[in-house]
Amino acid sequence: MDLKTKFTPQSWPAHPENATLEGKNKTLGFWIFLGGETVLFATLFATFLALKNKGPNGMEFSTQSLFELPLAFIMTMLLLTSSLTSVYAMYHMKNHNFKAMQAWIAVTVVLGLGFLGLEIYEFYHYVHLGFTFTQSAFGSSFYTLVGTHGLHVIIGLAWFILLMLRNSKRGLNLYNAPKYYLASLYWHFIDVVWVFIFTVVYLMGVLD
Amino acid sequence: MSSTAKKKGFGATIWDYLTTVDHKKIAVLYLIAGTLFFVIGGIEAMLIRIQLAEPNNDFVSAGLFNEIITMHGTTMIFLAAMPLLFAFMNAAVPLQIGARDVAFPFLNSLGFWLFLFGGLFLNLSWFLGGAPDAGWTSYASLSLASPTHGIDFYALGLQISGAGTLIAGINFLVTIINMRAPGMTYMRMPLFTWTTFVASALILFAFPPLTVGLFFMIFDRMFDANFFDHLNGGNTIIWEHLFWIFGHPEVYILVLPAFGLFSEIFATFSRKRLFGYSSMVFATILIGFLGFMVWAHHMFTVGLGPTANAIFAVATMAIAVPTGMKVFNWLLTIWGGNIKVTTPMLYGLGFIPSFVAGGVTGVMQASAPLDYQLHDSYFIVAHFHYVIVGGIVLALFAAAHYYWPLMFNQMLNETLGKITFVFFFVGFHCTFFIQHFLGLMGMPRRVFTYQGDQGWDLFNYISTIGAFLMAIGVILLVVNVIITAIKGEPAGRDPWKDGRTLEWAIPQPVPYYNFKQTPLVRGLDTFWIEKMEGNKEGMTYAEPISDIHMPNNSFIPFMISFGLFVAAFGALYHQDADKAWSLPVLIAGLAITFLSMIVRSLKDDLGYHIHKEELMNEKGGKK
Repeated sequence: MDLKTKFTPQSWPAHPENATLEGKNKTLGFWIFLGGETVLFATLFATFLALKNKGPNGMEFSTQSLFELPLAFIMTMLLLTSSLTSVYAMYHMKNHNFKAMQAWIAVTVVLGLGFLGLEIYEFYHYVHLGFTFTQSAFGSSFYTLVGTHGLHVIIGLAWFILLMLRNSKRGLNLYNAPKYYLASLYWHFIDVVWVFIFTVVYLMGVLD
Repeated sequence: MSSTAKKKGFGATIWDYLTTVDHKKIAVLYLIAGTLFFVIGGIEAMLIRIQLAEPNNDFVSAGLFNEIITMHGTTMIFLAAMPLLFAFMNAAVPLQIGARDVAFPFLNSLGFWLFLFGGLFLNLSWFLGGAPDAGWTSYASLSLASPTHGIDFYALGLQISGAGTLIAGINFLVTIINMRAPGMTYMRMPLFTWTTFVASALILFAFPPLTVGLFFMIFDRMFDANFFDHLNGGNTIIWEHLFWIFGHPEVYILVLPAFGLFSEIFATFSRKRLFGYSSMVFATILIGFLGFMVWAHHMFTVGLGPTANAIFAVATMAIAVPTGMKVFNWLLTIWGGNIKVTTPMLYGLGFIPSFVAGGVTGVMQASAPLDYQLHDSYFIVAHFHYVIVGGIVLALFAAAHYYWPLMFNQMLNETLGKITFVFFFVGFHCTFFIQHFLGLMGMPRRVFTYQGDQGWDLFNYISTIGAFLMAIGVILLVVNVIITAIKGEPAGRDPWKDGRTLEWAIPQPVPYYNFKQTPLVRGLDTFWIEKMEGNKEGMTYAEPISDIHMPNNSFIPFMISFGLFVAAFGALYHQDADKAWSLPVLIAGLAITFLSMIVRSLKDDLGYHIHKEELMNEKGGKK
């Protein structure tokens, strides 16, 4: 199938992301890449668990004293909802409804920005208290784990925004459908990692 | 080398290689760059052996010696062995599975340039205030205390080249899963393809821990983080874990493709189907899996406790089982075969006993109580050189002779090849066999000199003589390459006459689009099947001649990698208060990288088609 063919909703394939060899390769390659990313985050989680609450003698900061579940809960809700809206976008992508897809991606981006804003506020708040990246091993491992996730959020948002701008005038075709699909896959991955961060860092931090 | 190169001007050829996305040309690039680093690492090895040739030697200073051993190990593992294996993977694997190229030609090129610029960055440390000096393992307490920028060069350089390796690994995984020709089922894939596949999976899971570990190192050294600083709650053992969670699979990333190469060579020159093909595949996967379960055997003396040590000891010994399966399968492939002792086969015959010796000492060290005695002694040095030189380097030399006609359409001189083997093989055993005894006599590794009259003098001297013999072997191989290039006799298709797999069925020089028609694979060793049935073309086709889709060349991979290379200098010198230019350099480098990536994203790159009519008129591989 030619990459530049114009489609109608009737002629649009059921799995546009896998309709070309390029698309197939990209989808598989991206899943494999996410496998590597999983190991990367697993390593960061392991380090965080090893260094949690560890610092210079008499350190005042601990997971119990720092973290507040309501904030983490709101962040979680924002990100989970944004995953849902990106599913809506993919639903419309499969139905070849370009405008609705772009709109739902825009909603996803707004929710993602909300999450990012809260995370920046959280970090700012901790730094203000004196809990910094260089203050302790706990600080280094916390900011590295959560910050790496935040960096992924930024990359995911930039990816969505660039896709929306680049394709705003030319609509959907088999060349850009896999790109949208993979960006949304990446967004889901970010979401899953956050679920683990919420559990391991915040819930387990506050509870035990 | 290729017919294309001769017709073009020198500048055009250079530009062609800078922008190429063709797996065959990228293979040549990997071969050249890998050889360059192999020679640098080899010179470092010679300096080590000259320094240790006699007691109380002052050929190099203690500090310089530390830099040399660090760079020798790092260069040989990351910048010589892996790229040279990637050279043969790129040259052979797409052809073995009947593909027109790898799945992501652009990323293939990006992987190469990232590796090269990372390697150059690391080696530039020699001229910019001193190389890393904490050993190739760069244990945290030691490396955090290192006063020069050497460790920063190590961390940033490996970060860049490691990204390239990860990209290459993902690329091979997708290529092997998605790009196989019709009929090429998993259980018909040649063993080199299988081992490339498993090694790529290991890269995928082993490199992220290294990436994270290197980031921790960078953060600790440059941004005052506290991952490894125990005064602020850090833990230096974390580095050791992360390094070896990467480092042990790395051994299998290197040795599995070497096993694959020898499996091809044994079957070809015994003119027999590989014995126990399915058990070979099973053993490869099992080794890949167990490779992740044993990292702590490098840390027996750290004090993880008897339970942890016992578990890792048993897991380590278990790896000997699938490896043993492989050794017996090779022996039984040769057994009763119609053997032709060519140069690659000679390397193969030398490989089996050498590698088994390395494996046996490995099982000895797997026993944790004994390891307390052997740890950090020359016994360890002897062991891993038996595995790496006796396994991987012999495979690389064998593959250089075996695949030279595939890559360059020329045969290396066989007589000279055998002489090379004798020098290298004798030199190798002369250098390292005796080091086992040095270790048992108590000589510690990584010492820059030693006192005389402890019974070590003669053995060290013999070891140095062996190193010179190995150097002669390497020089002879280079001479062989030069002679062959000057002679320039085309080797033609299936030059060994006994090729079994698809890469030998293709006409020489290999057309830039590889297969004019996608082949239909009818069984294991498909080319052999076709030959036995008297098929002169060597292939059954799966499709009529039709348009071929090709990717465009691109300069962007070079620019992305170059940008990171520039940015790394900025990042490295940013910690020095007196170097105000570092921040602009960092920003400029990142700007180059991101602008290149944006150009790549915004410009549609759909490739081009070679039309049916052009293909019909074409005879050979000329563009």
